[in-house]
Amino acid sequence: MTTTKSHWSKDAPLYLDYQATTPTDPRVVEKMLPFFSERFGNPHSRTHHYGWDAEEVVEEARAQVASLIGATPKEIIFTSGATESNNLALKGVGNFYKDRKNHIITCVTEHKCVLDTCRHLEQDGFDITYLPVQENGLIELDKLAAAITENTLMVSIMAVNNEIGVIQPIKEIGALCRENGVFFHTDAAQAAGKIPLDVDDMNIDLMSISGHKLYGPMGIGVLYVRRRPRVRIVAMINGGGQERGMRSGTLPTPLCVGIGEACALAEKEMGAEAERLKMLRDRFHAGINERLSEVYLNGDLEHRIPGNLNLSFAYVEGEGLMMGVNDLAVSSGSACTSASLEPSYVLRALGVEEELAHTSLRIGLGRFTTEEEVDYAVEKIATEVTRLREMSPLWDMAQEGIDLKSIEWADH
Amino acid sequence: MSDYVYLDHNATTLVRPEAARAVTAVISAVGNPSSVHGPGRAARKTMEEARRAVARLLNAEPADVIFTSGGTEANNLALEGSGRTRRLVSAVEHPSVLAGGGEVIPVDHNGHVDLDRLEERLLADDTPALVSVMLANNETGVIAPIGDVVAIAHRHGALVHCDAIQAAGKIAVDVIALGVDMMTISAHKIGGPSGAGALIVPGISTSSGAEIRGMQFGGGQERGYRVGTENLVGISGLGAAAAAAHAGLQDFARLADLRDAIEQGVKGIEPRTTIMGEDVQRLPNTTCLTMPGVDSQTQVMAFDLAGVGISAGSACSSGKTKASGVLKAMNMSDEVASSAVRVSLGWPSTAQDVKAFLAAWRDIYGRQNIDKISSPAA
Amino acid sequence: MAYSDKLLDHYENPRNVGILDKDDTGVGTGLVGAPACGDVMKLQIQVDEDGIIEDAKFKTFGCGSAIASSSLVTEWVKGKTLDEAAEIKNTDIAQELALPPVKIHCSVLAEDAIKAAITDYRSKKESKSEAAE
Repeated sequence: MTTTKSHWSKDAPLYLDYQATTPTDPRVVEKMLPFFSERFGNPHSRTHHYGWDAEEVVEEARAQVASLIGATPKEIIFTSGATESNNLALKGVGNFYKDRKNHIITCVTEHKCVLDTCRHLEQDGFDITYLPVQENGLIELDKLAAAITENTLMVSIMAVNNEIGVIQPIKEIGALCRENGVFFHTDAAQAAGKIPLDVDDMNIDLMSISGHKLYGPMGIGVLYVRRRPRVRIVAMINGGGQERGMRSGTLPTPLCVGIGEACALAEKEMGAEAERLKMLRDRFHAGINERLSEVYLNGDLEHRIPGNLNLSFAYVEGEGLMMGVNDLAVSSGSACTSASLEPSYVLRALGVEEELAHTSLRIGLGRFTTEEEVDYAVEKIATEVTRLREMSPLWDMAQEGIDLKSIEWADH
Repeated sequence: MSDYVYLDHNATTLVRPEAARAVTAVISAVGNPSSVHGPGRAARKTMEEARRAVARLLNAEPADVIFTSGGTEANNLALEGSGRTRRLVSAVEHPSVLAGGGEVIPVDHNGHVDLDRLEERLLADDTPALVSVMLANNETGVIAPIGDVVAIAHRHGALVHCDAIQAAGKIAVDVIALGVDMMTISAHKIGGPSGAGALIVPGISTSSGAEIRGMQFGGGQERGYRVGTENLVGISGLGAAAAAAHAGLQDFARLADLRDAIEQGVKGIEPRTTIMGEDVQRLPNTTCLTMPGVDSQTQVMAFDLAGVGISAGSACSSGKTKASGVLKAMNMSDEVASSAVRVSLGWPSTAQDVKAFLAAWRDIYGRQNIDKISSPAA
Repeated sequence: MAYSDKLLDHYENPRNVGILDKDDTGVGTGLVGAPACGDVMKLQIQVDEDGIIEDAKFKTFGCGSAIASSSLVTEWVKGKTLDEAAEIKNTDIAQELALPPVKIHCSVLAEDAIKAAITDYRSKKESKSEAAE
């Protein structure tokens, strides 16, 4: 792991994978540490000092999270992370209302945990519509509207995609859902703390948030569950009845404190941070384009969080490139699937050709990224791509004007 | 607060210094264990070290350890994941096991599950069953006859899940010797941080154990049994706590002396006190005992005011006052059950703490029952 | 995934990157793999009058293991007869570079590339001698 320092040292890999996980902000760490030691306590032990102290700070954290998204504290359910939140939103709502409606609409570029959960719901008799995306990664509202039927229970569309960083038209989707009396869940793991979110303004009924994607700790997440009009869910984890029965288990006080503080910091600093990251991102993109030709940006540039670039470098192979830039911690494809050799399903859904999907790098910039780091990474990537292209038979053919598609490649 | 005597370690215990150090070391690092780059690989290495430490504590294979967000989730995973809809659970199980439903097998006055009844019920129906019995009870510390439970269950093709949340780190636990098919532990009960736990399924990594299915769907972490980005800080804290608890088992056993001192001390003040499970094997750190005629909640509040933290049973029931289900299941009268409190020592507990507790006990009892107290001179 | 030093060396300092004149009758060219699969290897051999491979060049689009495998075989085939070169097995390549199991296909591709280059050389030679007849 790379320790976060204000000045990056060249001994450790340069961390440019902020969509996989963000370092915990030192200010968050500072807030959390006492709860790992002297201020320990089970927040459910209401009978003594330590329990009270823990309960108070957990409730404060709940309010901090609520404030970030314009919710009330009672609508915030702590979970173990966004994967659990997404599972709970889909299965929880699905199982509660399944006798009335059983159609769920989602989209093909959702996070794996949403897609996997939907597949399991299908086996349980639910009807799932997987909306396609356009070349820019965004869904079409007309297609969503057309997909809604009287049987539609819920729409689950992510706010920001984890691979390509594009921002879906959440407010418009929310309005459409509300008009049609359909619940709207959004996986906001990549969005919360990065772009303004307001559950009322956007008509969001359920929202998943992850601690470790917004400079908070791993192991904690949130599911926002609207109270007015009320959304009911069936719990997945049962037991002590914590979180008003929607999620049992002892609340991890330090982690709650951590995600709360992370949300508070994000709320305060989001605007300035977005501006700074956009400047760095544009510098990165321009630097690459200056040095290299035939680099393609995957996903819409305009509707995109400032900390993400997803670039395909034609005529070099992704894994080979990863090896060449191994002092940069960047990702090819999403973190959960990158151990496999399959090209990213998100890029394929955009219609990116398989060759280009193979050569994509996801560059995630964040709170601790500096201009110096950006310049170093640009230089490193440009040099390595150039070297690999000089080694690439495909690059030679392209330079000779040979259309690679005209060649009959043998399968292997 | 620094003088506060904390005797509620079964609710949550102090984070051990080793675990705090592990937490501090990992918390400022960045790396998703699923990422293939350097920071990701380092994160994975940290996680695998923790897995080995947990395995050592329980004599399990590291690959059979599945990390979860805590004991409650691990218990849910065991029950749900086993796919066995017929469940037989002892009457003194934790709410996270009881909430799953199933047939409740009664316990005797010591809190031991009724083995004859268990066998009878297994015989009555040949649907493949799951039996869930906790190793040590959170309220009384009574240690269950797991070996017998396993023998009976396996004779009838049933799987055994054992909630070892309270036992792990307090007594030697050998998942192989016990023969259980699944075992749950929780980090914050053994001196690790809250937010991490594990389900151990002996043999699952070699397909020679129980088969379970994950409850959640997604990224494929923990070989699909438990998906979602791992709580690396919590897991490394759990690993360090497991290692420290393992090394400290002998010291922990010595807490029995302090526990006995509490019980003898209270008996010295009021011989009519009832001590739950007194005649059977218990955890060295736990005692559940009555203050005759004084309501449990009143006691707990009075002790808190006196600077001593204890509890009136399990901490999970969202602060509501209700008589303990465990003591009722042990067939204790309302009078006894409503005057019992749980005192649970932890690895930092001292003789000084015992003295403070006894002084408070004498004081509270004296104030409530001024005429009942036996004269110290007598 | 830890890579061997040998593999890393071939990846970072690949031997014999380059192009031979594919229209030269003494040159055999093997092009194997497919862009969609993530690897394309082009291996060329220069064969002298005695049927000995005197030079070899490669260009590879692929992961580090694919690049290292191609680089390694260019070293190995030099100085060998065509028959000897055809004897090189993917398992030898995999062993030499300590390829992880998921990368074995790279060594298979390298073996295919040698065979394809030899075949190309021989067919060129045959058609030349046919033309001469």
